[in-house]
Amino acid sequence: MTAPIKDYLKRSNGYRAAKWSEPVVMEMTGSGRRGVVFEDAPAPDLPGKAARKTAPALPEITEHDALRHYLHLSQMTLGMMGISLFGTCTMKYNPRIGERASLDHLKGLHPLQEAETLQGVLEMYDKFSDFLCEVSGMDQFVFQAGGGADAAYTHACVTRAYHASRGELQQRDQIITTIQTHPCSPATANTAGFEVITLSLEENGYPSLEQLKSVVGPRTAALMVNNPDDMGIYNPDIKEWVRIVHEAGGLCFYDHANFNGVMTRLRARELGFDACMYMLHKTFGAPKGGGGPAVGAYGCAEHLVPFLPGPVVVKQGDGYALDTDRPQSIGRVREFMGNAPQVLKAYAWARAMGAEGLREAADISVLANNYMDKRLGEVKGVSRSNPGIDVPRMEMTRHSVEQVAQDTGCSIFDISMRMTDFGIDALWLSHEPFLVAEPFTPEAGELWSKEDIDYWIDVLEHVIGEAYSDPEIVKTAPHNAPIHQLTSALDEPGVWATTWRAYARKHLKSMAAE
Amino acid sequence: MGNFACVFHGESARFHHANKSTNERDQGQVARLGLIINPVAGLGGAMARKGSDEADIGARAAAEGRVSQAPMRAARALSAFRESCDAEVLAGPVLPDTGTVTPVGPDVLQGTAEDTKACVRAMAGQVDLILFAGGDGTARDICAANDTGIPILGIPSGVKMHSGVFARSPERAGRMTAAFLSDTRQRTEMVEILDLDEAARRAGRLSARLYTVARTPLDLAGARQNPKAGNTDPVGEMDAALAAYVAGMREDTLYVLGPGATMKALKDRLGGGSLLGVDVAEGGLVTGTDLDERALMARVAGRRVRIVLTVVGGQGFVLGRGNQQISPAVLRAAGMPPIDVICGAEKLAGLNPQELTIDTGDVALDGTLAGYWPVITGPGRRQVMRVVA
Ligand SMILES: Cc1ncc(COP(=O)(O)O)c(C=O)c1O
Repeated sequence: MTAPIKDYLKRSNGYRAAKWSEPVVMEMTGSGRRGVVFEDAPAPDLPGKAARKTAPALPEITEHDALRHYLHLSQMTLGMMGISLFGTCTMKYNPRIGERASLDHLKGLHPLQEAETLQGVLEMYDKFSDFLCEVSGMDQFVFQAGGGADAAYTHACVTRAYHASRGELQQRDQIITTIQTHPCSPATANTAGFEVITLSLEENGYPSLEQLKSVVGPRTAALMVNNPDDMGIYNPDIKEWVRIVHEAGGLCFYDHANFNGVMTRLRARELGFDACMYMLHKTFGAPKGGGGPAVGAYGCAEHLVPFLPGPVVVKQGDGYALDTDRPQSIGRVREFMGNAPQVLKAYAWARAMGAEGLREAADISVLANNYMDKRLGEVKGVSRSNPGIDVPRMEMTRHSVEQVAQDTGCSIFDISMRMTDFGIDALWLSHEPFLVAEPFTPEAGELWSKEDIDYWIDVLEHVIGEAYSDPEIVKTAPHNAPIHQLTSALDEPGVWATTWRAYARKHLKSMAAE
Repeated sequence: MGNFACVFHGESARFHHANKSTNERDQGQVARLGLIINPVAGLGGAMARKGSDEADIGARAAAEGRVSQAPMRAARALSAFRESCDAEVLAGPVLPDTGTVTPVGPDVLQGTAEDTKACVRAMAGQVDLILFAGGDGTARDICAANDTGIPILGIPSGVKMHSGVFARSPERAGRMTAAFLSDTRQRTEMVEILDLDEAARRAGRLSARLYTVARTPLDLAGARQNPKAGNTDPVGEMDAALAAYVAGMREDTLYVLGPGATMKALKDRLGGGSLLGVDVAEGGLVTGTDLDERALMARVAGRRVRIVLTVVGGQGFVLGRGNQQISPAVLRAAGMPPIDVICGAEKLAGLNPQELTIDTGDVALDGTLAGYWPVITGPGRRQVMRVVA
């Protein structure tokens, strides 16, 4: 948990993000400026065509300029610096020791080395697979997928290979999912060539057994679901769901991205699932970065192991080998062994937590969410999804400011932007389509202290108060962030540039011509 | 926005955001109900007239030997109401088919909107709620005469029901009314009264107007129709789905295509058809446009048939609103054919509760059709929706 910041809102006399008029590093160049010079550095010995003919167009700046520049930029980041309760992402602290370990142990390796010289990495993969098998009840894990959606795709491909091996692929052309399952399940099922049947929510907050039964049949290839969904409701019929789909000959895949609240409390295999995936960059403490590098750890029961993407790490004598002789394998979903540094960080995290740590973290995350849920229920204009359902919510809950929007015209987007003025990272709203109007979905996990959570809710309450008394201040936010509201420039491809070359081409045409 | 325009008209100033209100009733004061039954409501639907607002609709219907469903639907609501409430009911200008009521209103009926308005005026100060059997036109007439602002609730009986005052079925209307009258707090909310311009609709333009607002019982359980009308229809998004649908159409099948923007886009892929009418297509071409019930009966006879519909407006209706031509008789004559519904996922997500509704006017038939329907939401995508009567 993070350290308490007592009465932060009361004591705060105005948060102001740093706002440097920082040029692009390419514009800082001054001829002859440079960092350390090694007079006797050897010229690299490159084969003819690899050697440049002209020097690269790099800025010439001092070491001090470079440090100061990047420090300024880091002070102006738009997130990951404040309190972030970004739901469905299970925001965790990424211990520095993981960074250190992956640097120390992996930076000198190359995936094309002979397996005999990669024994440490292979052992780590094998032990982590065992660890996750223990957690899930599955028989084998692979770490190739570069994220959750990639792991879902792995499953769609495994489903295809499995039914093809039984001569039933022609007949089994449908994958069933639910409207509250992450969109990557239907998307990857479609990509793999299946028709997607999406079930709708009913009174209990999940689809009924009758609804499921109405679509399960000889065309069913698989069920792909998450549970709890990201409204925080756990479907207690899930065993029966799995039974019904199995009876019809389909496979069952558990998207376990929302695993945090149930770690060590249930095993996917014991519920009957044939396969599941965990997000190492969420639940298992590896960093998320700006959209990468991530790992979707995909695990399955014995009957699906032959179809796993390869090569798979196997024990051989006293050591480990990479099994490449896998005739039924779906092939690869990613090059080499996936994002090995992330696997190492997650492994370090998991071993440090141990079984008891996982359980405690799960319990704290459910407790924290229910505490939030209770306090949010007392905030004017805030309601929660499925208000009529009083089953306990798991590690997150979907809420809504529809009433505030109706009363004041301030939308959840406005409120989220205004909250950044108080050092709160932008809110997570909802996957699409929005079933709940003006949604937001906080998830505290086990990281954030009660004081942080209280501060977060205090800020929300404060901003909603502003919406009622002075809506303009909310609608024109952020005011204290490094940048204010974006103009429409992002809609104009002729204007925006994400690289120096594009900038030069679009804005400094004369330069580009040189 | 496409061609579905929604414009403010009349008393928009009264429509404000903080629109919930409570009317504390004194202990001991007896609750009374007003019941208004529009005798020409719904007549235009089966006649493919797109509404019943034309002055001579009663005469035309009489000539065709048709009778309004309104008194019968009002009787259904009244019977559900009587299950838990024995309050006095003042009714006019015509009486429900069954049930005990006290007549109000003019002794001699003129057969026009004046009859309805006279009843509303007679109910002023006398009733806690006006329950009415009619459609959007009836709602407008009631609002025009409702100077004292009595809350109103609609029993769905018209051709067009885009306003937010309609219960989803006569029975639900009856139960909601009983709950409202026995609630000492009588909570209400403001909703829009919309109406389609019938002349425009007959001319093929879909144009919903917001005429005024009215108080209606606060709906906590989702018994009323979703009052959102005229959301943009993501026809563009649906294009691939429609293309896939057309590619899968069978040569030997007669397709009955319902009204709506999505259906229009489908009809356009089949050589073009009507926006608001029911058309038929076979062999990859529309071969009949804007057919009424009788014409449909003739076309489906002896054929292998599929019905293709979209969700009408923002209300979650698939059968019984705007497509009454596809009547119980037509469905039976076609041998209870399979029904395909095509509708974008965003539009489905906007439904509250998450279900579709049918109201063909035939309770037994509605019961058979109810269940789970896989709605086509995109290429390679279906979403299962519960369909209720
Ligand atoms: C439940 C669930 N499944 C899958 C994913 C997709 O994971 P990734 O973003 O790593 O591809 C997410 C991401 O938010 C998720 O919340």
